[in-house]
Amino acid sequence: MSNSDKAVKELIKREYEHGFVTNIESDTFEPGLNESIIRRISAKKKEPEWLLEWRLKAYTAWQQMEEPEWAQVKFPKVDFNSIAYFSAPKSNENAPKSIDDVDPELLRTYEKLGIPLHERARLAGVAVDAVFDSVSIGTTFKEKLTEAGVVFCPISEAVHSHPELVKKYLGSVVPQRDNFYAALNSAVFSDGSFVYIPKGVRCPLELSTYFRINEANTGQFERTLIIAEEGSHVSYLEGCTAPMRDENQLHAAVVELVILDDAEIKYSTVQNWYPGDENGLGGIYNFVTKRAACIGKNSKVSWTQVETGSAITWKYPSCILRGDNSVGEFYSVALTNNLQQADTGTKMIHLGKNTRSTIISKGISAGRSDSSYRGLVKIGPGAENARNYTQCDSLLIGDKCGAHTFPYIESKNKSAVVEHEATTSKVSDDQLFLCRQRGIDAEHAVSMIVNGFCKEVFKELPMEFAVEATKLLEVSLEGSVG
Amino acid sequence: MLEIKNLHVSVDGKEILKGLNLSVKPGEVHAIMGPNGSGKSTLSQVIAGNEAYEITSGSITYQGKDLLEMATEERAREGVFLAFQYPVEIPGVSNLQFMKTAINNIRHHRGLDEINVAEFMKQAKAKSQQVDLDPAFLKRGVNEGFSGGEKKRNEIMQMLMLEPTLAVLDETDSGLDIDALKVVADGVNALRAPDKSVVMITHYQRLLDYIVPDYVHVLARGQIIKSGGKELALELEDKGYAWLGIEEATA
Repeated sequence: MSNSDKAVKELIKREYEHGFVTNIESDTFEPGLNESIIRRISAKKKEPEWLLEWRLKAYTAWQQMEEPEWAQVKFPKVDFNSIAYFSAPKSNENAPKSIDDVDPELLRTYEKLGIPLHERARLAGVAVDAVFDSVSIGTTFKEKLTEAGVVFCPISEAVHSHPELVKKYLGSVVPQRDNFYAALNSAVFSDGSFVYIPKGVRCPLELSTYFRINEANTGQFERTLIIAEEGSHVSYLEGCTAPMRDENQLHAAVVELVILDDAEIKYSTVQNWYPGDENGLGGIYNFVTKRAACIGKNSKVSWTQVETGSAITWKYPSCILRGDNSVGEFYSVALTNNLQQADTGTKMIHLGKNTRSTIISKGISAGRSDSSYRGLVKIGPGAENARNYTQCDSLLIGDKCGAHTFPYIESKNKSAVVEHEATTSKVSDDQLFLCRQRGIDAEHAVSMIVNGFCKEVFKELPMEFAVEATKLLEVSLEGSVG
Repeated sequence: MLEIKNLHVSVDGKEILKGLNLSVKPGEVHAIMGPNGSGKSTLSQVIAGNEAYEITSGSITYQGKDLLEMATEERAREGVFLAFQYPVEIPGVSNLQFMKTAINNIRHHRGLDEINVAEFMKQAKAKSQQVDLDPAFLKRGVNEGFSGGEKKRNEIMQMLMLEPTLAVLDETDSGLDIDALKVVADGVNALRAPDKSVVMITHYQRLLDYIVPDYVHVLARGQIIKSGGKELALELEDKGYAWLGIEEATA
């Protein structure tokens, strides 16, 4: 076995550090999916009639849809009747008014995850919404945000506090029938974050949602909706973890972003769902639909994702560039190890004039994993002078993993310029030898080389999280050199 | 310092070194010359610990310890440095980050605290100027897009930063113009000290005009076939390897 293989093996062996279970009494629905389950979810959340109708419509559509099979991933069929579609801590029943009223056991869970919620230890400059299984358990810095006119709350709360906005924009970017998992989410979504940035407001804090799956045999189906009014600006980050379990768990989220004239949303994800063990047992199926609609002129959206977790990732954060001069960006690092599989990328749909998009994708495969970049760049007939630049780099560690690139380009306007560059490289024995000859051990060398490879993406992350992401890569790679 | 006895080395089943002996004392500079394909680079790789080479018999003792028992990184931490003939690129990892990581790994091994950042920056800047590299290079990826000469100077700079006890230079002079050659020689001469040793592997005599060795050895067919003082190099320059009954291999 070569040096690099050995070093990577060692590196990957580290245990998943967020794999603990919180022992808390939960109110969990029995497994199964039918109309009455959907009615019960809706009733739990005391939803208005229109939303229940909306859910049922999605459910009807979903029943007629087929699971997508085009992705470069393999897994046994999911039995949708073996999943519980709602689970909430009992102590959360009477919706705590402030963080101080939240069950201390839940607060301890988030503290353990490095996301302290209580006043004393909060992350400076970051407002956090903590979602535990199917419900939000609290949001920090509410007053400060309210002062600025920013709305940041669980979507189930927004349904009551800002019904006109939810009604107007829910499903406007990702329609109910968009795809199999989006339809399922539309039928059964539980909680998630709602953000509204009023005209001309620059959000004074970073906003962040931390998703935690805790209960066994449940799925998490969160729904996030962010609306940036004219000339506003917001930076939003989501993080995700789950306990180690031998069964696969489903996470099928939908994220919708709406960006009006001159507004900007920066959306960052650090995804660290449980990836399964080294033999591929357990782990989260992360089947997610994320899309941004740049409706306004000069609007801008930037997706940055660091994907290290999940047994399977199926995710294509996309940008619909409708407004003239609008800009879409996608920066991605996807790392797969052991038997993980990832099929991820983006879609850039250019409709407006002078729209620009940039795609920088870094895929790292180690162990026996498989990672694919899949991206679509579509230039509509009216997209005069549209520009796209795509760069897809793959880094292989060892000789048992795979990397694939599937770029799709459709251009219907002659003035458009679309560029695509792709590279595949290996962490070479020569590189490792150079590092070791300088006194750096193989594990450290591999993580240094991998971090160097990801640099262009990491620099897009908010400062606090760039450090986090670097550490996360080290953990995820541990044992990949042997 | 370094004691090599009856060293036999194979790569991919082919024997390259066939009973090599070499003794280097503290403070000495040794030059190893020889035609292409004689095993010069193999010797440097084996001292540094490249695991692609198989040692079939013989021993290497470094500062009284069995060098062959030590892992590659351990040798480096104990003061063995190799200036590579073909330094590889590590994209995205800055020279600064690379050197700081190396220095701290070595310091950690020696029971020292991490290097003070301001002190490190000051040193890095000074040493880069010493080898005539623009300090802007420090922020670029390790050897990323460097010219051949820049890579060699970068190796010498790393050597000056790491202050090794035993420096092995593998054809560091090849492909350099005269100015770059002087820079490299100045760097090596700056390292010379009573407790430090240098082994220079070179194909040409001209480097030895600038770094005057204590001993010169001729390596051919996997063995050292002749040793002498600095005048041996001049003689070789004059008469060629044929004088020693060696044909230049076409490598």
